Amino acid sequence: MITLALVAALFLLGVILQVADNMLRIEAKETGADKTGVNYSIFPNFGDMFSPKTPPFVGNAPYFHLKRGFDIPVEGVPHSEVEEAPRGNTFAIQPPNFIGMSPIPKMEVAVGDEVKAGDHLFFDKKRPAIHYVAPVSGEVISIDRGAKRSIARVDILADKEQKHRELPSFDEAEGSREDLVNFLLDTGAWTLIRQRPFDVVPEPTDQPKAIFVSTFDSAPLAPNLNLAVRGQEAAFQKGLDILNKLTEGTVHLGLDARGDEMPAAVYSEAQNVQLNWFNGPHPSGNVGVQIHHVDPINAGEKVWTLSVHDVLVIGRLFTEGRYNTSRVVALSGSEFKAPRYVRTYQGAKIGDLVKEELTDTKIRLISGDLLSGVQKNEEAFLDFYDDQVTSVEEGDHYDMFGWLVPSGIRPSVSRTYATNVIFSDTKIKVDTNTHGEKRAFVVTGQYEEVLPMDIYPQHLMKAIMANDFERMEGLGLYELTEEDLALCEFACTSKQPLQAILREGLEEMRLQG
Amino acid sequence: MALIDFFKKIEPDKKKSPFLHTLYDGFFTFAYTPDTVTSGKGVHIRDGMDLKRTMVFVVLAMQFCYLFGTFNIGHQHFVALGQHTGLLEGFHLKLVHGLIKLLPIFVVTHVVGLGIEFWYAARKGHAIEEGFLVSGALIPLIMPPDLPLWILAISVAFAVIVGKEAFGGTGMNILNIALLCRVFVFFAYPTEISGDQVWVSAVADGVANYGWWHTTVFNGFFESIGWSTFQPGSPVVDAFTGATPLGLAAAGGWEAVTDVYTTSQMWWGTIPGSIGESSKPLILVGVFILLSTGIASWRIMVSMFIGGAVMAMLLNIWGANPFMEVPWYYQFYMGSFLFAMAFMATDPVTAASTNRGKWVYGFFIGFVGMIIRVLNPAYPEGWMLAILFMNVFAPLIDHYVLQANISKRLKRA
Repeated sequence: MITLALVAALFLLGVILQVADNMLRIEAKETGADKTGVNYSIFPNFGDMFSPKTPPFVGNAPYFHLKRGFDIPVEGVPHSEVEEAPRGNTFAIQPPNFIGMSPIPKMEVAVGDEVKAGDHLFFDKKRPAIHYVAPVSGEVISIDRGAKRSIARVDILADKEQKHRELPSFDEAEGSREDLVNFLLDTGAWTLIRQRPFDVVPEPTDQPKAIFVSTFDSAPLAPNLNLAVRGQEAAFQKGLDILNKLTEGTVHLGLDARGDEMPAAVYSEAQNVQLNWFNGPHPSGNVGVQIHHVDPINAGEKVWTLSVHDVLVIGRLFTEGRYNTSRVVALSGSEFKAPRYVRTYQGAKIGDLVKEELTDTKIRLISGDLLSGVQKNEEAFLDFYDDQVTSVEEGDHYDMFGWLVPSGIRPSVSRTYATNVIFSDTKIKVDTNTHGEKRAFVVTGQYEEVLPMDIYPQHLMKAIMANDFERMEGLGLYELTEEDLALCEFACTSKQPLQAILREGLEEMRLQG
Repeated sequence: MALIDFFKKIEPDKKKSPFLHTLYDGFFTFAYTPDTVTSGKGVHIRDGMDLKRTMVFVVLAMQFCYLFGTFNIGHQHFVALGQHTGLLEGFHLKLVHGLIKLLPIFVVTHVVGLGIEFWYAARKGHAIEEGFLVSGALIPLIMPPDLPLWILAISVAFAVIVGKEAFGGTGMNILNIALLCRVFVFFAYPTEISGDQVWVSAVADGVANYGWWHTTVFNGFFESIGWSTFQPGSPVVDAFTGATPLGLAAAGGWEAVTDVYTTSQMWWGTIPGSIGESSKPLILVGVFILLSTGIASWRIMVSMFIGGAVMAMLLNIWGANPFMEVPWYYQFYMGSFLFAMAFMATDPVTAASTNRGKWVYGFFIGFVGMIIRVLNPAYPEGWMLAILFMNVFAPLIDHYVLQANISKRLKRA
């Protein structure tokens, strides 16, 4: 009799707990509090019990431990010293960097004109309100034209002493959101904002659901963004405050919880923003992955993203009262004699940055990182949003039976290379060889292994190839840009160009409206 | 780099002789990974893994099955004759007999299969893809040793043309090529691949019948060094039936099986059967290679085992005939379950392509295969048909997994 009563009591207790748990969850869902990733159930999350311990500095902020992904151990990590004297003589703005812009923007300057930093250079004919401005002061020395008279580049020879355009007045305390938008459009800072989906400069009339800034880059040889904000703490916080005025939603900051060390205080103690901590291998630092876990983009929604450098430029509009594109750029990769950081301005000429820094091998220079950057040469310029020049040896050599017994160590996510499994932390000297030929999709499940998102990349790729719009949208096309699929493309056994296919799909969707 | 200069010099002209060029390209890229570099946009470095390496690891994983299979052809032959019945007795005869049986099968498979692949590659103007490396290695292992070579040639041609090239080549096929080849033989020439008489080689009429290689070449050689030789015309022993464990189990349950074969015989594989599927430990070595390198899907293997075990247990409970009463764990000792699980079900092209789908796909192969094996009197073994059946359903399974993903995304909005 007593046992029966005990069992009944236990059962009752269980029911009460379960009901309470459900009500808590429902409440959390109604208020939207569960979106922050905090566990609002009274039971511990099953996964949490087995995952490694949360780093102590995370505190109560949402913490995401991403298990899928891969850190490619590549030689040529930059030393964490910054050469503070600004480098570079020539700088350029390249209209093709802006996706969806009309190929022939309306020029507001001519060759030979003197411009100040922040002066209007041209505007997009489709969206005349958006002005693209000079990153430095100096003389416009050339306007390069590409195919069909499109404008490929506007080059500016920088002054020794930088002069800045006097900015229009904006009353920060009283000004409305509309005034702020107009101010950003006029100062050119609007172009620093990127909108997801599609990775484009947003419409001035748009309201984003949320704004995301990732404060760390997890790509191989990526710059340490703690160095980018050193001495600029006030500007960064000011930039975040301004972003807060641009959205009704939340400004999210993605923080690095990968190491034992805490990221720079300006990140971890940032005010008026939602801090989200991310741990795990690349691509945990990609803003797209962070958005997916914190507040995913649904059809019809728009989210804005900015890099740390861009937040700084916006902040300096208010703290310094001028458009100052000064930024820390990483020279990374095994072909630099001493990989490190230099200070320069936006869109610097690559030759100016790498002068006398390179080894004598056959080198490919990249604006951006190894996985999603663009090949350049010394005559070319860093792209608008890039903060890194990467050097890598060209791999145009044959390798006898290389598919079976390669002559050197190759980077690989595959466990068929025993050395990569045993010495997984050893840095590898990589080259640009494709290590095989392009094939049809054969292996399945390998993209999912390196993409910590609830997305089926291979099926999405096939939907894009088949022009199946409904499926593309349903399978999460809007949540991705090139950099998010870059690691999948690296790992692809069939050597398929996933990033190019993805962009094709994004462009089709964008043009559909 | 002298050798590569030579290779470059003999490259045939692509326009004048496309077939030769395709052939050359196939062999050249086999000898050297090409010097192509990544394009200027997209990734600049690529993983060291390519399709050739993937495929060759599967082929490597089945090499132990080849070694043992070759030997076992000879071993079963001599056991039937009552000669050299100890496992290692007459080792040279067993090995030679195995090779004489296996090599023609291997060569015909590859000449026909690769020939068709090369021809289509040349016709379509693309590089030779590696798909047939694995199919071609699998086909000999799942055939009976005495299969007439012309039947083999027709079935390989059917499988490659209708099963693969008609769908667009490697990566596009719906059905597993190796199994399609076998199923073709199974339905077109059933007497060659079913029953009790086909699993032991060269004893068809109750006496050992040997060919020119046996009697002239090797007997002469063995005689000259004083080793034992092939004895043409030796009769099979009286007790010999040639039945496989599955045939026995279907007739009389587990007792009938253990009357003829011990469990350790079945485990180690010294029993009649298709060439490569009999030795369980050596297949498990292959499983270990495939899983530790991550090439085959552990999800499919695990779920297929679960599916088979669940169905076998259900049949145990039902227990309407002696075959159903075979203890469920002994079902895995008989037949080709492990081989099918390791090498056939895990083919990435024809399996479900989503991770969730793989669980369902594997489970139903195990489940359906066991039903066919035990409940269908016409088919002694079920995995070939079960895998082909689930191959057809794999896209449907994926469809539902993807729909779940899509509706989850819609619901979120």
